[in-house]
Amino acid sequence: MSYKNPTFKAFNKQAILITWDEIIDENLLKFILQYKKIIQQNWLKEKVEVINTYNSLLINYTFTIKNLYDEISSLKSLLKDVEISNMLKVNQFTIPVCYDVKFGMDLKEISNKNHLEISQIIALHTQPNYTVFFTGFLPGFLYLGGLQKELYISRKKSPRLDVKKGAVGIGEKQTGIYPQNSAGGWQIIGNSPLCFFDASKKNPSPFQGGDKLKFESISLKEYEEIKKEVGNNSYQFQTEIYEY
Amino acid sequence: MSIKILQPGLFSTIQDRGRMGFAKFGVPKSGAMDLYSAKIANLLLGNSENEALIEITLMGPKLEFTQATQISITGLAASVKLNDDKISLNKILEVRKGDQLHIQQILKGARLYLAVKGGFDSEEKLGSKSMYAPITNSSKIKKGDEISYHPFNSSDEKKHAHIKFNENYFNDEIEVFAGPEFEQLSEILKLNLFRKEFSISKNNSRMAYQLEETFENDLKPILTQPVLPGTVQFTPSGNLIILMRDCQTTGGYPRIFQLSEDSINKLAQKKQGDKLKFKLIDL
Repeated sequence: MSYKNPTFKAFNKQAILITWDEIIDENLLKFILQYKKIIQQNWLKEKVEVINTYNSLLINYTFTIKNLYDEISSLKSLLKDVEISNMLKVNQFTIPVCYDVKFGMDLKEISNKNHLEISQIIALHTQPNYTVFFTGFLPGFLYLGGLQKELYISRKKSPRLDVKKGAVGIGEKQTGIYPQNSAGGWQIIGNSPLCFFDASKKNPSPFQGGDKLKFESISLKEYEEIKKEVGNNSYQFQTEIYEY
Repeated sequence: MSIKILQPGLFSTIQDRGRMGFAKFGVPKSGAMDLYSAKIANLLLGNSENEALIEITLMGPKLEFTQATQISITGLAASVKLNDDKISLNKILEVRKGDQLHIQQILKGARLYLAVKGGFDSEEKLGSKSMYAPITNSSKIKKGDEISYHPFNSSDEKKHAHIKFNENYFNDEIEVFAGPEFEQLSEILKLNLFRKEFSISKNNSRMAYQLEETFENDLKPILTQPVLPGTVQFTPSGNLIILMRDCQTTGGYPRIFQLSEDSINKLAQKKQGDKLKFKLIDL
């Protein structure tokens, strides 16, 4: 199956699902995001909502689809407009994280199991330029790609009931940030003082699929300072334009 | 003017038709579990379908009105008292200032909907009043809450006597479409899934209904994929989990069925121990 040949399926009477091969791949993501944009531009009037995951697009309609066959063929015809070689222009974020053991309660466990010094864990975690694939699981929870193999580690045997808002964790091959207090089974290595989801804003999260994200190690003192700025709404996300 | 909550009941929340357009941020859709009953409650009063109302689960609240208005309570069967008088469901009721409404127990089904003329005027977040913490501050109605409603003006009174609550809507047949991973099931398992009678486990909430019966599952896990209210997930331990209105936007278990909208509403009226059968239908 090539990028140009996904499967189309009605999910229910108000949603169509388009699925590609089960892979986590930046090029497939770029293709899917371009296609998503073309669909949104063509379906502007109908008020559809399009969400993506690693290898699929879900198109949610606000009404019952009259003719599924026609709808799917119009979606298919838009596929040919996607240019595989097109560059994607996104936001590059820098996310401050305090990796102090006060927050990173599982740093020692990872250190033992993966035979790494804590300083090496931090160096490995802050090195990659991660890709935001999509948001799911919790409001504002980012599915990130790009974790270094050395940091792969299994989830906790039983999930914690009280993972703190801002906690940065690793679960198997994934890393991510808990946007709210939650139960969770990931190994916690630090905490970010930023707010990743604000329901009082019209645009509650600044992140979109395709965005790039780097973690930056900060001290406890810097953590407290940024936390204060976030608290009184004077913190601005650090972003620049990135093309790939 | 407002409703004062004297007792909150087992689990009462404010709901409308939910949040549309925020799934890309991982925000659940929420909204009334049984959108059919919620719709009838609003239409009886001449409200728009999307007005916020109170969703009541199993044991009802006791509340007091601070101003005269009209209300409607929809559902299958419940013992409800307005002051000392027993009242019936699924019709327009006049209430006066100081009246106390006590929804004692739901006798049939699992949820009731209490609508007020003009709708409740509660906290709205991301285009909806549906309670879902931490999107909204509260996750449920609490004792002492005061929920305001719009004043009732008798001059704009509309009669909607032709709106009828249809009890036959709630039969036991849960209609499903084939889910994205349905074809990966063995033929024997498909047969069994449609032959067997299932019962609702104690793990049932606005997020999901888990069924008691289990099957051997040899499907491989899937990459995290989109899910919707009504998606039936088949877990590695062999459980069937039917996602409901407050479900997450993505999930990693094979999606074997998708409930029709009507069937989600029907299921929302089922409680622990209730039975159901799946019936495969075409889209």
